[in-house]
Amino acid sequence: MDVEVTRLPGIGTKQEFTTTAGRRIGVLTHRDGHRELLVSGREDPDACTASVGLTDAEGQALGTLLGAPNLVAQLQDQQREVEGITTAQFPVGAGSPYDGRTLGDTAMRTRTSTSIVAVVRDHVVSPSPGPDFTFRAGDLVVVVGTGDGLGQAAAILEGG
Amino acid sequence: MHSTALSLIELGALFFGLGVLGRVAGRLGISPVPLYLLGGLAFGAGGFLPLEGIEPFTGVASEVGVVLLLLLLGLEYSASDLVGGLRRSWLAGIVDMVLNAAPGAITALILGWGPLGALAMAGVTWVSSSGIVAKVLEELGRLGNRETPAVLSVLVMEDLAMALYLPITTAALAALGFAAGLRTVAIALGLLVVVLLVALRFGRVVSSVVESPSSEVFLLRVFGIALLVAGVASSLQVSAGVGAFLLGIAISEDTAENATRVLAPLRDLFAAVFFVVFGLNTDPRQIPAVLPAAIALAVVSTATKVGAGWFAARQIGVGRLGRWRAGAALVARGEFSIVIAGLALTTGSVDPGLAPLATTYVLLMAILGPVAARVVEPVHGAITRRLRPAPAT
Repeated sequence: MDVEVTRLPGIGTKQEFTTTAGRRIGVLTHRDGHRELLVSGREDPDACTASVGLTDAEGQALGTLLGAPNLVAQLQDQQREVEGITTAQFPVGAGSPYDGRTLGDTAMRTRTSTSIVAVVRDHVVSPSPGPDFTFRAGDLVVVVGTGDGLGQAAAILEGG
Repeated sequence: MHSTALSLIELGALFFGLGVLGRVAGRLGISPVPLYLLGGLAFGAGGFLPLEGIEPFTGVASEVGVVLLLLLLGLEYSASDLVGGLRRSWLAGIVDMVLNAAPGAITALILGWGPLGALAMAGVTWVSSSGIVAKVLEELGRLGNRETPAVLSVLVMEDLAMALYLPITTAALAALGFAAGLRTVAIALGLLVVVLLVALRFGRVVSSVVESPSSEVFLLRVFGIALLVAGVASSLQVSAGVGAFLLGIAISEDTAENATRVLAPLRDLFAAVFFVVFGLNTDPRQIPAVLPAAIALAVVSTATKVGAGWFAARQIGVGRLGRWRAGAALVARGEFSIVIAGLALTTGSVDPGLAPLATTYVLLMAILGPVAARVVEPVHGAITRRLRPAPAT
């Protein structure tokens, strides 16, 4: 896919590509750093039907929303090749003992032989979280392991 | 009353009045420039309430206003923007110049203002207002449109051309004679090339001269250097504004951004004074006489500007409607037209009728421009619907 980069003198830089359906989608980065999402029109492909200003956090959230299914799908593809290994997603409930505690505290790998490969919080994915990653109620934990291991992992996240 | 006290009261009232006008402009969604001009007309000779005794301040302040206007314009562009623009859109730039300088020049000749008047009026109708155009594009959400790079490169080409046009005009107006005039132009061209080369290769060096962690020191240095360069340029007959513009280009990106931030309020202040002073020096009683010429000029130069934008957009392969949008976006004239007219009038070698004509013209175009940009899509839609034959049943 070709991403076309255009300098807009005095304004900033536009990066865009054309989708298979023929619409242009891009990001305009202003000189002061703020970004706008651009979507071209259906009837007039030269015009923009939408230009939406995004803060850093919003841009990241949008990127994750579009990228996250990919990440999970990739994980599932990779795991499918290994017999007996699956990926599951478990929520950290409001009553979970790990709400406010770190990933290291769960000792997940030693206790269940499973791995926490990602945590999704407010639609933002943290891939490969470290042992000092602190869980919060509402987090979605992506775990890879055997069927038994995953069952134990779910129990640990729920009740300790 | 003590004369200082009177001056302070007059200046205070003037700035406060400009603040009110600026607010009105913001409400109406138009550029404040035409309202500042109107403010100047109201308070100048022949206006409602002539102000006297503030000339020592306003005289220098309006010169500083021009220097800051052009310095900040230069700061907006990096040397690579300009060189890239020159490479891609030189043809669009030339078409724009020929189409839009012609109406002004021809009008001046018809009015009997001679070649100097023609040269000055050519500039007045040629250059679009980059301030108004950029603002309109942003408000209408057209920054991401495919024709926008074409619009912007026409603006870049015009601004770059100013670096040659202003010295040529200054030399011609000062009646330097052919040899001396040629020397001035050679200096300007040489400076432009040197500045572009220096900025491309050693941009950091220029920036480090003004750079300082303290914003106060930084402000004083940038402002000081700008006035120094403008003064030297002026003494070489290259025109103060061009010196400041070139300095702006030479200052590289990060520093340029900081400089824009600290200087923008100063620019707004002094540029407002410049526009008001231009209005002050224009006698409103002369406007009715030039009104027909100004309206004719507005109509013709709207058409020629649309043509120039249409051509520029076609050059980069934009569709039909996009070409019209590009043309209409460029219609607004503003600050540069007044800068050029001001330059011509200070030398006293052009017909004084140029002041009311330029003022009236800019008043019309600064208001007409944003309107043209807004109505182009519905108008184009209506015309195509009418022209398109009814579908066969």
